[in-house]
Amino acid sequence: MVANIALNAPTRKNALQEQALSYLKVAAIYAILLLGAVLVFFPFAWTISTSLKTEQQTLAYPPTWVPDPVQWENYPDALTARPFGRYYVNTTIITTLSVIGQVLSSAVVAYGFARFRFPGRGFLFLVLLSTLMIPFHMLIIPRFILFKYLGWLDTFLPLIVPNFFGGAFSIFLLRQYFLTIPLDLDEAAKMDGANAFQIFMSIILPLARPALGAVAVFEFVSTWNDFLGPLIYLSSDRNYTVSIGLAAFRNDYFTAWHLFMAASAVAMLAPLVVFFLAQKYFISGVALTGSGGSKG
Amino acid sequence: MATITLPGKKVLSSRAREALNGYLFISPWALGFLVFVIGPMIGLIWLSFHRWDLIGDPRHVGWRNFERLLRDRLFLKSMEVTIIYGLGRVPLGIIVALGTALLLNNRRIKFIGIWRTIYYMPVVLPPVAIALVWMWIYNPRYGILNSTIQQVFGVPGPRWLDDPALVLPSLMIMAVWVAAGRNMIIYLSGLQGISSELYEASAIDGAGYWRQFFRITLPLLTPVIFFNLITGMIDTFKLFSQAYIMTEGGPRNQSLFFTYYLFQKGFQQYQMGYASAMAVVVFIIIMALTLLVFRWSKAWVFYEGELTGGN
Repeated sequence: MVANIALNAPTRKNALQEQALSYLKVAAIYAILLLGAVLVFFPFAWTISTSLKTEQQTLAYPPTWVPDPVQWENYPDALTARPFGRYYVNTTIITTLSVIGQVLSSAVVAYGFARFRFPGRGFLFLVLLSTLMIPFHMLIIPRFILFKYLGWLDTFLPLIVPNFFGGAFSIFLLRQYFLTIPLDLDEAAKMDGANAFQIFMSIILPLARPALGAVAVFEFVSTWNDFLGPLIYLSSDRNYTVSIGLAAFRNDYFTAWHLFMAASAVAMLAPLVVFFLAQKYFISGVALTGSGGSKG
Repeated sequence: MATITLPGKKVLSSRAREALNGYLFISPWALGFLVFVIGPMIGLIWLSFHRWDLIGDPRHVGWRNFERLLRDRLFLKSMEVTIIYGLGRVPLGIIVALGTALLLNNRRIKFIGIWRTIYYMPVVLPPVAIALVWMWIYNPRYGILNSTIQQVFGVPGPRWLDDPALVLPSLMIMAVWVAAGRNMIIYLSGLQGISSELYEASAIDGAGYWRQFFRITLPLLTPVIFFNLITGMIDTFKLFSQAYIMTEGGPRNQSLFFTYYLFQKGFQQYQMGYASAMAVVVFIIIMALTLLVFRWSKAWVFYEGELTGGN
């Protein structure tokens, strides 16, 4: 753009004008970006503000942003009104095992697609890609019946076990990444007598850490935030996840917004912490594939 | 090296071994695909020709479920609502995300990492928590939105989620708030992939910003926009938690999204056969729509490979 300005500026006066104009433009862009950031933060701020108010304060007009008095008790009140500690533990178990399963199995399958020639490989990979376009919500009924026959209802198994068979999106992402790892490394290891599995463990996996990280964080978010799955498969309160616990909590009280906001803030905490710790994996993963975190 | 001196048997066996290894490594996916995709698909089609409440034995009813669908006013409503929502939310999301990406794709804008982080934040949040927060924002009486409208303009604000005409736009705004950051990053990486030589060349020809945008930027971004369009459409048919938490499909069924209606029929009324028939029909519609968009895309999606003659 700088070159553009220089080329279009025959006189000094024009150049000065152009420069002033472009400063103005940059300032305008910053203003819009800042407005966008305010719009992003506003629901968070309102959540925290409400979560520290008394019930009367939440109903006051005009509304205030700073709670007075600050009602810290809302947090213990909300978190003990239902066993949210238990829900957090449940969600952590389900999510941890799902992430492990998804990353390991997808990496194994992606390695198969990236490094071995076998009849039908192109076709099978096409099948895998086409499943990315399938709306899987349409299969909730037969899957529910399948898990019912397996006796898995009201356990964590329907939410965890499918992740041990690889996810189409993760396999795709990892395969693309594996293809960028030079084959020379495999060949060198083969010379040293390494077998296919040893090459996978000692060369491919260590070099693919950015892609594995992206798969892990996307799987974390989609499992942690899943709502329909736990709602259908889990029925007893002691097995609830944070999301369905939150939905049930809302039905218990209906208008206790200060408590709902406290519980919501706590529910948002884990994914936000993971996001801030691992944001480079989120950003690079999204840029890499054009999706992410939206298994649904 | 031994393979060169013994062509016949040795080459074959090393190839066979490679193939065997390949099958071995992809076997988890193949197995999962059969058990969790193909099996349920066959089950879905089979169920759609039966009546079953999960308790007794399934009873074959022929095409009756499908005939009933055509007369089910609520099913048609759910399709209408879902499609209207998609037609509004998907373009809106593309415009907001692309607009933000264009603003950020400027050499003189600093702290891109920080802006990206801020805008991406809502993407990772649990939908149930988001739904509760926005319900509270939209609350007609005590919500911050209407309180502010009252304060600034002195008139009561609309009833947002309780207004049949406003419920879908309200949910669209919320959805854009959630997803804009992710799509923005996708567009931004697309923009950064466009070679600056193209812009320099057209600047020499005297092209201004907008001309460059329509002649270079937009054509080169069409693959990303196309991707966004497809995933956006599929996502629309997944909409569930908003209806379940915020509106219960109302008011006047104006937010009866398809998946929510499917859930009601299947898991609240236990009409497994009928719900399966619904899923089959929508499955076919989505696949047809996706194919249609794919074919239509040939007219306007521009792949850079075409420029250099592909590979």
